[in-house]
Amino acid sequence: MSTDRQTPPRFAPLADPPLKGRDKRSALPARLVVLIPYAWLVVLFLAPFAIVLKISLSQTAMAQPPYLPVFDLAAGWEGLKDFVGQLSFESYALLGSDWLYILSYLKSLQVAFVSTLILLAIGYPMAYGIARSPRAWQPLLVMLVVLPFWTSFLIRVYAWVNILQRDGLLNTVLMKLSIIGEPVAWLASDTAIYIGVVYSYLPFMVLPLYATLEKMDDSLLEAAADLGCPRARAFWQVTVPLSLPGVAAGALLCFIPICGEFVIPDLLGGSETQMIGQTLWTEFFANRDWPVASAIAVALLVLLLVPIMIYERLQQRALEGAR
Amino acid sequence: MRRLSPFNITAVALGLAFLYLPIAILVIYSFNASRLVTIWGGWSLTWYRALLQDDAMLQAAWASLRIAALSATAATVLGTLSAVTLTRFGAFRGRLLFSSMVYAPLVMPEVITGLSLLLLFVALGIDRGFWTVAAAHTTLTMCFVTVIVHSRLVSFDRSLEEAAMDLGCPPFKTFLTVTLPLIAPALAAGWMLAFSLSLDDLVIASFTTGPGATTLPIRIYSEVRLGVKPEVNAICTLMIAFVAVATIISSLLTKRGAVRRAREATLGAAV
Repeated sequence: MSTDRQTPPRFAPLADPPLKGRDKRSALPARLVVLIPYAWLVVLFLAPFAIVLKISLSQTAMAQPPYLPVFDLAAGWEGLKDFVGQLSFESYALLGSDWLYILSYLKSLQVAFVSTLILLAIGYPMAYGIARSPRAWQPLLVMLVVLPFWTSFLIRVYAWVNILQRDGLLNTVLMKLSIIGEPVAWLASDTAIYIGVVYSYLPFMVLPLYATLEKMDDSLLEAAADLGCPRARAFWQVTVPLSLPGVAAGALLCFIPICGEFVIPDLLGGSETQMIGQTLWTEFFANRDWPVASAIAVALLVLLLVPIMIYERLQQRALEGAR
Repeated sequence: MRRLSPFNITAVALGLAFLYLPIAILVIYSFNASRLVTIWGGWSLTWYRALLQDDAMLQAAWASLRIAALSATAATVLGTLSAVTLTRFGAFRGRLLFSSMVYAPLVMPEVITGLSLLLLFVALGIDRGFWTVAAAHTTLTMCFVTVIVHSRLVSFDRSLEEAAMDLGCPPFKTFLTVTLPLIAPALAAGWMLAFSLSLDDLVIASFTTGPGATTLPIRIYSEVRLGVKPEVNAICTLMIAFVAVATIISSLLTKRGAVRRAREATLGAAV
């Protein structure tokens, strides 16, 4: 544990001298270190968004690729003017006027919001329990929480199909115990979606919470106790406020991807109201309407822009600041 | 203050039970002799034998393994370069954009990433298949590698690098001979995570795949949509066993502390 993690290093070995070109041998490798991943991300992560935006402004066509206009580089400036003239907001107008899409967005937000609350309610006591357990156990407990994350997401959702189906294990057990008289249709319901989402995202909630709770100084609670603060009150006034960065990170790490979730609602949910990820999937794969699918993606991105930016701030502060 | 309160024990135990019970049930039912998934017909390996006959499934598994190995390797290289950039290069023009691009895919809904990559490949006129899926998975998983390697790079003793350079070792050689061996456990953990994420991905692969490059999750998904099948339970059990064995080996090979740090970093260092 060196102290120079806290302050910017006075001497940045790989940084300043090589870039100034003082050491010619290292200048090229040093530039490549930045350029290769930078170029990769610009081409495969950033540029695609521009294309999505462009296609969301196109019109559906019976062609290959199935949209118009197709930008023709060879036509030069005239081609560009022509191209801009043909852009249309038709897809967005459809999104705003058809209740199918609006309900779909609302449903996604609802599922993400409620699930995040449930995840907090389950994840916080778990993270707290792990952080308060003897130090020697903690690595094992953390590994047990992470391990399911390493097994397939699809498999874990599918495992619930086994349990929740009409003649599945849950109904069998509940009927044996005479809690229910006849099988309950768990599958194809919102309940099943919530179970699947909470189950799949639990590690994402527990780990950030654990990371902040574990760093907390025990002496703070001792001080509170010494000053006559009851344990329950110390929890709410000391522990909870100190863990808020973890709460925020865990909540965002769950909320954002859940909004666009496809696999869970598709396998466990019903067919009444689809989540937006399913709607996008249907527009793209079933209806082959690429412009509308792109418009859905753009609108979803706009909706998630603020949470994503908050998440990025948290992430950067955590990784670059004192750890 | 570290007392074992009944409340804490209950919370952790219930939570872990919730995480593991469904997987355990899936594994047990994969050995069920009965075709009816809900009726227990005794232990049997019927579905594993059936799996060996299922050429489509085996082909998909082989394609998935190749894509996962290739993309995990590429992601480890790119992710390590990004982590070095973020920790060792201080401020440079475009740094904010770079770090935003590194962290965004961690939370970006997969349908958006998948659709945007597909549209890119179409716009560039690239035929979709093995290579496009591998490139897409590299883009997704390199960010996870970056986070793991990054957390290792900020927590290790810089004075070792400084010593090497004070003694006249050029920066690039210092990186290869001093830094790289020290962060190797993080690279291994990053590679494994990238590998399992690629093996697992359904959504991005579905968008970016083409004829002849059906991955295992795509195959499993098309079976699962039609309901529960015992063969699917069997292949899922094999995948779980694969990951479990890999995890155990990696924790035996690398120092426990390093692995633990890396695991936490995956998600936890998020904070």
